[in-house]
Amino acid sequence: MPASPADLAVLGAGPAGLAAAAAASRAGANVVVIDGNSRVGGQYWRHRDGDTGRGHHHWSVLTGLRAAVPEFLGGHQVWHVERIGDGFAVHTSGGEVRCRALIVATGAYDRQLPFPGWTLPGVFTAGGAQALLKGHGVTAGRRIVVAGTGPFLLPVAAGLADAGAHVVGVFEAGSPRGFVRHPGALLANPGKLGEGAGYLRTLMRHRIPYRTRTTVAAAHGTESVSSATVATLDADWRVLRRREVECDAIAVGYGFTPQLEIPLQLGCATRLDADGSLVARADDQQRATVPGVYLAGEVCGVGGAPLSLVEGELAGLHAAWTTIGAAPDNARVGRLLRRRRANRAFAAALHDAHPVRPGWLTWLDGQTQLCRCEEVTVDRVRESIVDLGATDTRAVKLLARPGMGLCQGRVCGYATSCFVADACGRQPTEQDLLGVAARPIAQPVTLGELARD
Amino acid sequence: MDVVVVGAGMVGAACAYFCAEAGLDVAVVDRGAVAGGTTSGGEGNILVSDKEPGAELDLALYSVRLWTELGERFGAESLELQHKGGVVVAQTPEAAAGLAKFAARQRENGIGATDVSAAELAELEPNLTREVSGGAYYPQDMQVQPMLAAAELLRQARRRGTTVHSGTEVLGFRQSGGRIAEVETSAGPIPARWVINAAGTWGGEISALAGAPVPVLPRRGFVLVTEPLPIVVRHKVYTADYVANVASGDEGLETSVVVEGTQAGTVLIGASRERVGFDRTFSLPVVRKLAAQAIGVFPFLADVSLLRSYLGFRPYCPDHLPVIGEDPRVPGLVHACGHEGAGIGLAAGTGKLIAQVVSGTTPDLDLGPFRPDRFAEEVA
Repeated sequence: MPASPADLAVLGAGPAGLAAAAAASRAGANVVVIDGNSRVGGQYWRHRDGDTGRGHHHWSVLTGLRAAVPEFLGGHQVWHVERIGDGFAVHTSGGEVRCRALIVATGAYDRQLPFPGWTLPGVFTAGGAQALLKGHGVTAGRRIVVAGTGPFLLPVAAGLADAGAHVVGVFEAGSPRGFVRHPGALLANPGKLGEGAGYLRTLMRHRIPYRTRTTVAAAHGTESVSSATVATLDADWRVLRRREVECDAIAVGYGFTPQLEIPLQLGCATRLDADGSLVARADDQQRATVPGVYLAGEVCGVGGAPLSLVEGELAGLHAAWTTIGAAPDNARVGRLLRRRRANRAFAAALHDAHPVRPGWLTWLDGQTQLCRCEEVTVDRVRESIVDLGATDTRAVKLLARPGMGLCQGRVCGYATSCFVADACGRQPTEQDLLGVAARPIAQPVTLGELARD
Repeated sequence: MDVVVVGAGMVGAACAYFCAEAGLDVAVVDRGAVAGGTTSGGEGNILVSDKEPGAELDLALYSVRLWTELGERFGAESLELQHKGGVVVAQTPEAAAGLAKFAARQRENGIGATDVSAAELAELEPNLTREVSGGAYYPQDMQVQPMLAAAELLRQARRRGTTVHSGTEVLGFRQSGGRIAEVETSAGPIPARWVINAAGTWGGEISALAGAPVPVLPRRGFVLVTEPLPIVVRHKVYTADYVANVASGDEGLETSVVVEGTQAGTVLIGASRERVGFDRTFSLPVVRKLAAQAIGVFPFLADVSLLRSYLGFRPYCPDHLPVIGEDPRVPGLVHACGHEGAGIGLAAGTGKLIAQVVSGTTPDLDLGPFRPDRFAEEVA
């Protein structure tokens, strides 16, 4: 334990966390960055030793931020944050870190929708396939189907194709025509459009079909995936037609779920965002509703790396202001707020163009597992509602055990909430999602480590 | 409606089930979901081992018989009922002597308690610490999955005509002709000849709404849940200090560890006791203490991961006895709350006795020690 607390601990070394740490550090604050990964960069800049940045976006931004961050505690899994007086004790797998203020930039992970066969080896999340490639230089398979919804499918497919995998197709369940409804958001973010066009060019070069209103509705195989049912969908995502496609891997992603353990442990208020995710509330200074806690990046709304950089900088500047009294430059804050507004409008347009539609529930059969850790089937969950009288996600969890296993609902929480709400004839609520998001222990910790006070 | 049960937790479910079985028309109301309150924060203990001779032990023994019958009737699996037995461990010669004396008195009062040596403890629980002086084995102790048990009894009650109204809050009560006549709820009024206050930790609030307050207060308890493991803990295992703490009236934090396996493979570690009102804040110091005590009993737990923790509020009365029976201040109002940390175990007996009260038959047990107006002076 350090003798005196840091001014600021930043949880997460992705774009938001690094931008926050760099801004606060340049303002004179004593900052420590903590991440479970041994390297900085987060998911966005996930890389290997000796990586030169080839194939990465804005690699020079990463190297610039890294140079501005003096203290990085890599490989430190945060399992709990405790308020101690005016400050915080951050409990990690590598020991305790004390700080006066906290910036939570813990990012997001893949949002998954179950379908028959989704637990077969060879079915990856889009982010998982991407991490395997960026972090280890390994493609998830040789013949890969990429499916789901959202712009993230494009870089995943392009990266896999560039690395030599045969990408059978990119199947986008949504119909991004909805995007045309937001011309303002598009014009304000020309860089983003250019990025998307670049990926599409890569797909064309590799002759990879890109289909909308289409997705993987089932995976087949005995030991591992050998084929996928590719389904054409109606606007609500009900299946219109099916065909079977041979493949040895499937990468699926339906957007992202913000990682909210720490904000919820600290009692931060939440809201439902446009993409249906539970996010923590942040104000114009990136402050959470709890004193001393700042939020940046996906935890306060999924919006991608450029928005994370802006929010991180805002959070770092304001946290430095409150901890060491370094007043930020008003003009700079104004510019950052304008960029935040534009980036958020773009994110909102993307969310609007890529909603998860309720028809996915019709892809399931009774034996499909909603929760893979505890092997809880659709039938079992339905029984807890119909026979045992559960009316919300928490009650279903307590009676049928989805979300009780090793992942503690990270994988199945969103899908289970949607399933339960639909079975009860309503939309998923903030309470439904909260019922599977609160985790007083954010990472498994041994009892021996706990007992060592 | 013959009976409106307020509270869809374990006690309310048992009351509804036994009333429905007695042929009464029953409605259950709860402002939350089924089994989502007091019931969801516990471990599912059905214990006789921690009871001193007296009214509560009589109720516990009566309940154990009924739980066994319920398990036979509906299938142990539907309740996750396990007749696993309890093992109490004494870690000093003094504690062992005290425990032996306590067990002897329990035997005189109908509990099957066997004194066991350190060597026998190692056979009962191979992973137990060897630093033990002696212990006692209680074959009657058992366990259910409390939410499942409550939901199953409600399901059985529904099969017998009971209606369950979750998400329905009780707003007040209307009397007529000197007795309860109607329950006002957020979903409209429900006429009732009898109202059963089975609101658990919130039983005090319901009693006050009805104009017949009983002092039910929350005592906070944390439970730790480990990663799933093969069967490493066979019984309900706790230290002899637990009995002293259960009966304690101290304000401050007390922890005395209870360790047990579940059918899901996780190991549950309780039980802390604190009087901090309805404070839901996670407390790391309490959790650390429980972890240390659990390792003291089962050293292998040091290398086992904690997956999650939860907390609950145990509804207790100043004299640590539940409130069971009709309230003479408001005829027609029947209390079934304040069971502290023993509510799951005592629920079966409580439900059956309540059904006898409202059916007008003589209760199987004397309800005198549990009578609602015993606090009259304190409340006034």
